[in-house]
Amino acid sequence: MAHAEHDDRERLIDAVGEAHSHGRTLAIVGSGSKSFLLPELEDAGASLLSVAEHAGVIEYRPDELVITARAGTPLRELQQLVARNQQMLPFEPPMFVGGGTLGGAVACGLSGPGRPWWGSVRDSVLGVELINGLGEALSFGGQVMKNVAGYDLSRLQAGAFGTLGVILSVSIKLLPRPPAERTCTLAMWAAESVRCVRAFARQPLPLSATCFDGRFLRIRCSGAEAAVLSACEVIGGEVSERDSYWSHLRDHDLPELRFGDEPWRVSLPPAADVLVDNAVIEWAGALRWVAGASADVAGIAERAGGTAVRLAAGFGQVSGAATPGSLRLYQQRLKASFDPDNLFNPGLVDEHAD
Amino acid sequence: MSRAKALKQLQAVLPPRAVITEPSALKPYETDGLTAIRELPWAVVLPENEDQVREVLGICARHDVPIVARGAGTGLSGGARPVADGVVLGLAKLNRILEIDLDNCVARLQPGVRNLAISEAVAEHGLYYAPDPSSQIACSIGGNVAENSGGVHCLKYGLTVHNVVGLKVLTIEGEELVLGGKVLDDPGYDLLALMSGSEGMLGVITEITVKLLPIPPEKRVLLAAFADLEAAADAVSRIIAQGLVPAGLEMMDRLAIQAAEDFVHAGYPREAEAILLCEVDGIGAEVDANVALVTRVVDELGAFEVRLATDADEQANLWRGRKAAFPAVGRLAPDYYCMDGTIPRSQLSHVLKEIGTLSEDYGLSVANVFHAGDGNLHPLILYDANRSGELELAEEMGGRILELCVAVGGTVTGEHGVGVEKLNQMCVQFSAAELSQFFRVKACFDPDEMLNPGKAIPTLARCSEVGGMHVHDGQVPFSNLERF
Repeated sequence: MAHAEHDDRERLIDAVGEAHSHGRTLAIVGSGSKSFLLPELEDAGASLLSVAEHAGVIEYRPDELVITARAGTPLRELQQLVARNQQMLPFEPPMFVGGGTLGGAVACGLSGPGRPWWGSVRDSVLGVELINGLGEALSFGGQVMKNVAGYDLSRLQAGAFGTLGVILSVSIKLLPRPPAERTCTLAMWAAESVRCVRAFARQPLPLSATCFDGRFLRIRCSGAEAAVLSACEVIGGEVSERDSYWSHLRDHDLPELRFGDEPWRVSLPPAADVLVDNAVIEWAGALRWVAGASADVAGIAERAGGTAVRLAAGFGQVSGAATPGSLRLYQQRLKASFDPDNLFNPGLVDEHAD
Repeated sequence: MSRAKALKQLQAVLPPRAVITEPSALKPYETDGLTAIRELPWAVVLPENEDQVREVLGICARHDVPIVARGAGTGLSGGARPVADGVVLGLAKLNRILEIDLDNCVARLQPGVRNLAISEAVAEHGLYYAPDPSSQIACSIGGNVAENSGGVHCLKYGLTVHNVVGLKVLTIEGEELVLGGKVLDDPGYDLLALMSGSEGMLGVITEITVKLLPIPPEKRVLLAAFADLEAAADAVSRIIAQGLVPAGLEMMDRLAIQAAEDFVHAGYPREAEAILLCEVDGIGAEVDANVALVTRVVDELGAFEVRLATDADEQANLWRGRKAAFPAVGRLAPDYYCMDGTIPRSQLSHVLKEIGTLSEDYGLSVANVFHAGDGNLHPLILYDANRSGELELAEEMGGRILELCVAVGGTVTGEHGVGVEKLNQMCVQFSAAELSQFFRVKACFDPDEMLNPGKAIPTLARCSEVGGMHVHDGQVPFSNLERF
């Protein structure tokens, strides 16, 4: 295999310890593929701490449906490795330019097109080893599916953008790769697309992704061949076999979708009838992409029971002006409980009260 | 004095008879499903709505009265066992289904809603709530979230944490945290995941929004009987390795089979050393293909009998013995002690063999009936509490089993929680630095340790005493002791 196996754990622990004793802050980076979601931390005086060298699979037993790998392991290599055993990473992490690493995927918490059916990044995390801001290497969770010993501090790392610690390794629950996949494409108006996709989502169909692009509703079905084919008959439209459309969608590599610059990523109750026009709608309605220039998207989303954040340098703001006051207090305290001296990715958790 | 004042204030904000202090009326609350451990609380309060819960928290916080939240009291690790000078906050009266939202496929619930009542309420729409702990007739959804409960079907459908999309939580400081909602994704730290399984230590859950799934149209249950325990254990790994995720995959050993047969006559083959019960669900022809696959695997591993139940009655019959297994084993001895360790599937036959050896060493019988598919063991250690020293012996042996689970890469609790029961084993699983991190997280939400004090996370002092604590890098963390 082409990947570089390297255990960089001791150096990383030393680096954090040194930053701690010298009062330096650290900007944690993997492959850098999602750096555009964070402000320029180095400009604010943080030293770069690269986890990319800390790479390689620590343990993989296909019949356990679990893989444990170092944080710097490239996602692409992981994907290829598990695919050889007819398995997959359930959360379909986006691989933007640069590809991404396992640690980065967990830290950023972005889940792909299959999220409503196969779960989120957080749902797949079974265990994490991390270095906290005291320079201590800590393990939470483990390699088994069911584990309720202690607070769930491993799933807490998903979407924390590295603010609670440097992720060293992650154990991920895998899924068998479904043997068959088909995509049904139906032409329809925006107004009817949400109703239509919700009607399918309520039925026992082997759905695994949906996307409405303004003109076409695409529905991916995955599973046993017989189940997939009968679902295609129920759904109708034009049927295609394994379709690279979904990996391009996952990676935002579809020019015709016109996500544009810094689009709004809107999380909504899936049946919400707002932000339908001129939106790209995934997750059976629960995730919508809206052009960055659109007005008051955050307000509309909030009134509909959701949230909207632009996929841009502010995306990794874990806690800030947009966070409700009471939540903010507890987020700040959590941050301090892991990283009392604010070493990691400074600025992503606003230190000031309202 | 302050207590008298606290009592008066509680009585003022709660309905008549919702504050219990007479010892005889407190009795039903002295324990939860872990009946070996009992403690009478100072008082029990039974609020009827969220405002009353908030008032109770405020009064208790002002008067330094510790609080133990309680759902239906079915937990198996003593998580809801009262503390002697504290209040039990019973949430069973908050039992309304607030909303069934068919468009978004979610239900909004008060914490006292029974688990099974959710699926019953939405069945007419072809939907259900997937997690089904064995106590689902009685257990409450609030308790399920607090313990991150599992069940027979979490192999395919996940734990409680995977099926909850929104929570409202009251903190001891009087803040209401709204986490998630009807959405799949929320910016910021994932406090919803953190609250799941936190055993009532971080806040009081007052509202839960759960995912509803379409009921799978087809279901089959297959029983495979083995003359060899190891072959049955190997079949479990082999089935999963085929790329199949059954809805449920359960195992019972000889003693459990005999007990179940004597009790409910489910028709299990008495001569078997082990049986597997495998439930496969899905759509149309997929289900039959998967049944064929499971059948092939168990045949290859030498199952001497395979039975397939296609209709609901036959399926219920096959499940009957499994579902009655705990009470059935309960008839074999005056008492049993139920363990809950989880191990990697590939370690099943090794660990079962070791448990057999421990059973001989301690002279206590063990029945094994468990969620084999996700490696979640439930060894039931039989003992007689009236015989001097046997409870202690059973507890010691249980501790050895859990330590074995940790040693092979597993955990001391898969779904029952730590509660008061597994505090010592937590010392084996976690280092001093890790336990300290847990305490710092607790302090973020409950700095004065008012909520369920003494549960779930052992103090470093306790771990030093039991001698099981990991010591990393030769550093004994005595310097930290006074902090806890």
